[in-house]
Amino acid sequence: MDRFVWASGLLEINETLVIQQRGVRLYDGDEKTKFDLGTVVLSTHRLLWREQKKHDCCIALLLSQIIFFEEQAAGIGKSAKIVVHLQPIPPNKEAGPYQSSKYSYIKLSFKEHGQIEFYRRLSEELSQKRWERISVSQPMQSPGRSQAGRVRAAGIVGIERKLEEKRKETDKNITEAFEDLSKLMKKAKEMVDLSKLIANKIKDKQGDISEDETIRFKSYLLSMGIANPVTRETHGSGTHYHMQLAKQLSGILQAPVEEQGGMMALTEVYCLTNRARGMELLSPEDLVNACKMFEALNLPMRLRIFDSGVMVVQLQSHNEDEMIASAVETVSERGFISSEEYAKLVGISVLLAKERLLLAEKVGHLCRDDSVESLRFYPNLFLTQD
Amino acid sequence: MHRRGVGAGAIAKRKLAEAKYKERGTVMAEDQLAQMSKQLEMFKTHLEEFASKHKQEIRKSSQFRVQFQDMCATIGVDPLASGKGFWSEMLGVGDFYYELGVQIIEVCLALKHRNGGLITLDELHQRVLKGRGKFAQDVSQDDLIRAIKKLKSLGNGFSIIPVGGRYLVQSVPAELNMDHTVVLQIAEKNGYVTVSEIKSSLKWDTERTNQVLEHLLKEGLAWVDKQAPEEPQYWLPALFSDLYSQDVTPEEADESLQ
Repeated sequence: MDRFVWASGLLEINETLVIQQRGVRLYDGDEKTKFDLGTVVLSTHRLLWREQKKHDCCIALLLSQIIFFEEQAAGIGKSAKIVVHLQPIPPNKEAGPYQSSKYSYIKLSFKEHGQIEFYRRLSEELSQKRWERISVSQPMQSPGRSQAGRVRAAGIVGIERKLEEKRKETDKNITEAFEDLSKLMKKAKEMVDLSKLIANKIKDKQGDISEDETIRFKSYLLSMGIANPVTRETHGSGTHYHMQLAKQLSGILQAPVEEQGGMMALTEVYCLTNRARGMELLSPEDLVNACKMFEALNLPMRLRIFDSGVMVVQLQSHNEDEMIASAVETVSERGFISSEEYAKLVGISVLLAKERLLLAEKVGHLCRDDSVESLRFYPNLFLTQD
Repeated sequence: MHRRGVGAGAIAKRKLAEAKYKERGTVMAEDQLAQMSKQLEMFKTHLEEFASKHKQEIRKSSQFRVQFQDMCATIGVDPLASGKGFWSEMLGVGDFYYELGVQIIEVCLALKHRNGGLITLDELHQRVLKGRGKFAQDVSQDDLIRAIKKLKSLGNGFSIIPVGGRYLVQSVPAELNMDHTVVLQIAEKNGYVTVSEIKSSLKWDTERTNQVLEHLLKEGLAWVDKQAPEEPQYWLPALFSDLYSQDVTPEEADESLQ
């Protein structure tokens, strides 16, 4: 930790931010430091750490001082870490938080995760070494490069050997996993080819395949994750699974959708359903395919797609004309209204408020005033007055 | 005298022939479907074997996930298409990405009032990680991108926009064409952009510049600072970096303005 210097936290001109991660604690070797909660910042030139609450407490390290670094996996009760091994301390180093340290390495402990991405970017920066090519305005504390580069502490050779062994071991595991993966993919490809063959047969012999068999085929495609090449009007991409799902959903969603005024955006439905399930979650496509079956199954809900592309689940009992009439009444009472104001008034999301006002405009009951300030809706006086 | 082709016997014979033709047709498809069903069972066994050896690898290694997804894409398989798919059920990839989808939606919704529905992938990543908490597994930006691609099917306008070196994630159905994106690219450097900057770098006329900026303002993606020294500055909240701004809730902002 004695390699760090106090810093202002501001980047120099030509020094670029690469990535930052909050929730990081610093270790001096294996010991926790008092820098226990902050944001670690990687730039093209430095590694900085800034205290989370007090932004003016900031320390920095030059990337050129890093010899190498490695991951330390998370354990029970322990966050994942990155161990950074550093060059010996340079003679003309500026003031920093530690006068001296018995360790030549520090650890970054990622209490709020982010180590995967940080590790990746750090690797990139250390291999590209952009700080050697891009000079910054303020001369940063430089460790007298030529000297420090040549001096290799004795312990480093042993560390490098350990690293090499670990790398070989990991490589072996990775190779085996990838080999198995390739074999698996070859078999999966056979399934894809077979399904294409069958799909072509179905296309050619339209009448001779029973409804049941088509549904069976679709469920096979679903299991493999193969896109359905044969689209049928009757069920779309639906399978028995989706039919069951549709019935389930219509039961679960009745109350929440009613509470929201008869309409709920599909993204909200997705979150609601999956949060309730906890596991064996639905994919977005599962949800859409199930909702598409509402009508065919005579369930009291519909999937509706607005012109903007926004998809909602709507109660069958939802009376469009009533909604429009009430919207127009509200607007007339107030003179004009924006989507945000209307959303607040009625207690629905801004997205749906906008869609409702747009609908009223579509049928000609409202007019818009589109300015930079906001989009406002007015009653359509052309229609009502002479 | 027997007349050919007429009579109950002939009709019955014809009916039998028709039935046989139909049967043959269905038998052919039945054959293939049975074959597929058998092969599917075999494949499932292979997948189970693979899962028993490598399921942990997929969970822990984001690099392996990338490799896995790329290979699936090459052969024409989407492991994330359905929660009922083999991949999802046996390798557990589904729940991982679908839950991530929920977390992404929630973050975007929470910040929409501030950035109009546009956020950098970096900021989204940070906030999702924060929301996941200490004991959850780490996610990479590649994981986020794949989850977002799946969210597109929900119709809310989820898309990923490359801007200079970064990615922006859009979560509202606002229309952003190439003119808008290129202005976002210019704004990326400082977080804001001015009319003269646009005109000089892109050689546009005033009309076109104003149209684009007005659209961004209307969609809530940009705010205008008319009190800037030389000319109005159009700021994009999506591009604000944590390094230069502090996290303030709407309530705190209101308070500070009083």
